[in-house]
Amino acid sequence: MTTTDLPPVAPAATPEAARRTRRVPYWLLLPGILWLLVFFVAPLVYQASTSVQTGSLEEGFEVTWHVATYADALSEYYPQFLRSVGYAATATALCLLLGYPLAYLIAFRAGRWRNVLMVLVIAPFFTSFLIRTLAWKTILSDGGPVVAALDALHVLSLTDALGVTEGHRVLATPLAVVCGLTYNFLPFMILPLYTSLERIDGRLHEAAHDLYARPVTAFRKVTLPLSMPGVVAGTLLTFIPATGDYINAELLGSTDQKMIGNVIQSQFLRVLDYPTAAALSFLLMAVILAMVTVYIRKSGTEDVV
Amino acid sequence: MTATATTGTDVRLTGISKTYGSFTAVHPLDLSVPAGSFFALLGASGCGKTTTLRMIAGLEDPTTGTVELAGKDVSGLPPYKRPVNTVFQNYALFPHLDIYENVAFGLRRRGIKSVKKQVDEMLDLVQLGDLAHRKPQQLSGGQQQRVAVARALINHPQVLLLDEPLGALDLKLRRQMQLELKRIQTEVGITFIHVTHDQEEAMTMADTVAVMNAGRVEQLGAPADLYETPRTTFVANFLGTSNLLTADVLGTAGDDILLRVGDTKLTLPATRCTATARTGEKLLVGIRPEKITLTHADDAGTVADGRNSVRGRIAQSSFTGVSTQYLVDSPAGTGLCVYEQNIERDSRLVPGAEVVLHWNPGHSFGLDAAQNVEAGTDVEAEGAG
Amino acid sequence: MAPHSRVARALRRNLVVIAGLGTLAYLLLPNVIVTVFSFNKPNGRFNYAWQRFSTDAWTDPCGVADLCGSLSLSLWIALWATVGATVLGTLIAFALARHRFRGRSSVSTLIFLPMAMPEVVMAASLATLFLNMGVSFGFWTVLIAHITFCLSFVVTAVKARVMSMDPRLEQAAQDLYATPLQTFLKVTLPIAAPGIAAGALLSFALSFDDFIITNFNSGSTVTFPMYVWGSAQRGTPVQINVIGTAMFAVAVLCVLVAQLAGRRRKRS
Repeated sequence: MTTTDLPPVAPAATPEAARRTRRVPYWLLLPGILWLLVFFVAPLVYQASTSVQTGSLEEGFEVTWHVATYADALSEYYPQFLRSVGYAATATALCLLLGYPLAYLIAFRAGRWRNVLMVLVIAPFFTSFLIRTLAWKTILSDGGPVVAALDALHVLSLTDALGVTEGHRVLATPLAVVCGLTYNFLPFMILPLYTSLERIDGRLHEAAHDLYARPVTAFRKVTLPLSMPGVVAGTLLTFIPATGDYINAELLGSTDQKMIGNVIQSQFLRVLDYPTAAALSFLLMAVILAMVTVYIRKSGTEDVV
Repeated sequence: MTATATTGTDVRLTGISKTYGSFTAVHPLDLSVPAGSFFALLGASGCGKTTTLRMIAGLEDPTTGTVELAGKDVSGLPPYKRPVNTVFQNYALFPHLDIYENVAFGLRRRGIKSVKKQVDEMLDLVQLGDLAHRKPQQLSGGQQQRVAVARALINHPQVLLLDEPLGALDLKLRRQMQLELKRIQTEVGITFIHVTHDQEEAMTMADTVAVMNAGRVEQLGAPADLYETPRTTFVANFLGTSNLLTADVLGTAGDDILLRVGDTKLTLPATRCTATARTGEKLLVGIRPEKITLTHADDAGTVADGRNSVRGRIAQSSFTGVSTQYLVDSPAGTGLCVYEQNIERDSRLVPGAEVVLHWNPGHSFGLDAAQNVEAGTDVEAEGAG
Repeated sequence: MAPHSRVARALRRNLVVIAGLGTLAYLLLPNVIVTVFSFNKPNGRFNYAWQRFSTDAWTDPCGVADLCGSLSLSLWIALWATVGATVLGTLIAFALARHRFRGRSSVSTLIFLPMAMPEVVMAASLATLFLNMGVSFGFWTVLIAHITFCLSFVVTAVKARVMSMDPRLEQAAQDLYATPLQTFLKVTLPIAAPGIAAGALLSFALSFDDFIITNFNSGSTVTFPMYVWGSAQRGTPVQINVIGTAMFAVAVLCVLVAQLAGRRRKRS
């Protein structure tokens, strides 16, 4: 009636109790928010200030508002930026392509196998992802059966021509890195897809078929639009971490496949050029933020259509 | 004080109101519920009935006014200190506790250690003894409903509040539970305040019904009184169906008011009119569909003297089993509704037939014409929140 | 009808099943490799090519220096990070799900940001803070970093659960003489427990498996992922595969037992 749309506030009988109730959320928030302010917000502020500092490790750093660090970083490392975005976008597209059928299978066709399949999707998480990524080194190794098979089918000649592999090998090529990225972030695509597909009432398919939609049309006009929230969430959960990732490029790629994460890591931990590392971090954040904003806008309008 | 314990007022609301920002859910309202009665708050969704109930329970703070239970002001008390219990809409059974622990919950909170005997007795009262160790979600709707009642009643509350308790049940089960709740109320003798949007349910179960509309009590009384003598068009339309005709007051004759609708003259006993009738002004005359008799125009002569009669033509008829429902167009008004018992069906009464509608003037009622004739006709009856 | 067209039709009808199972194979292949290679006896330092069957690594899982030490350190850090993040996150989740207050949307944004940010950015900024503060890197900096990034996930998991809980349940408890504290302990907390457990499990898994943030904030402390990372440069002992396989088996076993128990409870 009148009360359902109102905030679920705990009832308070007296003004005194009401005042106490009003204070409760702030006490609940205090420790956690304090933690985030100190260990999440403050670091970002420090990093922002570091990005406009100059100096060296020996003589110390000083804020000199040296904004040129950003321009320098960008002009020096734009190939890595482009590569990161390119690899991440490709991996995201592949995740969607591979993940959608599996999510669909679990949601609509698995029957009593549904739980087993869910466990199998999540189970790889339980083995350290570094160990699993190293396993790709074995799978894609030069003398291995995968490379041999691809070679026999002349796939590698084609991919060599396209520039995604090199010298009839897969390891240490863009293909290997994208394959690793796709593998690592696939569950992040499948889970939101599954969640949004599972919510779709099975009778909607029947209704679509009843209203003269062929299976493909029913999918395009009913299932796909209704699963858009999952598609959007899945692509974001895949694209953002994939752009910043440097594990796959490091383990499965060569120096020609370095991504922006590799640069930040080496600037910070090896070169110890903190201003450049900070500037690159902010640039990466800006790039991702811009792309995500555009993407959300776009997908928002598609939702309506 | 001692006298009120058995026969006096159990719940007294004085000037109680509730506003949310600029929205007034309940206008200042006075209400007394006699001890031991089955009291229903009836209204469409959004009329303020649940808010009123929640203010009694202490789940909602009144903006103004006080709540008294058995003469004691409890307005400042939190819900857990009030001697009332609630059967919630959709029951709100604790999903993590079994039936036994759900029922024992209130006793345990009050520090009662040995609860077994009471819980077993209460489960027997609602006929759920063998399901004590099931979880709520393993029970059917009707069983859950009975658990909710048992969980509240075991605490022997001063008043039991029921918020749309039967709203989630299907029609047949609802009928059955109406009788069952009535039986339990008679057995335990506790005051029940029942919120519902279902007028039939309210009339079946309650001794006293308060009809609420837009945050106000429109009329309060025994179900039969409300039905036979509604005082507003809202009550006339919301409780059952009424034909409301706008009439000109011609004057009075003895105890009767003389009226004219179109070219037809009607009479209305002055005692059946809640509005003041002034000659030359308008009045609404209401008549329930089942009080009207339908006679074919060829037999117009057989209509007894002293009955109000109106000529018309049948526009539609539908057979519902117990009765046949007709819609009749007449100069007095179009779409007049008539229910005829299917005892001796006159085969001439088909759409297009000329008929005479006639009724005992004592069965009609008069209302103030300065009201919306349509009030209460198309209110959505969904019982949300 | 010709048999080949019947086959084609069956194929077409089950296209999504075939594609889905293909993806599943892609997902599970590395685990198979990890398991198989835990029985390898490699020549040289790297365990990338199959040589011959051996159970040596299984009989001596801690046979390589520092491996089990890093493993137990990771478990400790994951445990404490879980405790910290779960306590802080649950409190925030309750505030967000059960109360209206000023600054609510700012708090929501603050919770969302760490999840929407590439790990490497968060890692570098936190390390910048510690550098500026002159904090020496080690166990504590890693723990702080882990609590920070696990916090948001706990909030999300618990909040979802509490939001989906019918507020009438708490009102019913109050109506049945439970004081606010009793209401919280007897009704709210038990019903929110699965959400809290989910958040805690997620925290544990995220913390245990984290590499990027740890790499920036660990100094010379070596967690298990750090050890694996290092071994990719120095040489990968078979024992890594043994631990990976064991973790996988234990986890799958736990899930299966939990499911069986749940099914039996439902039946009885």
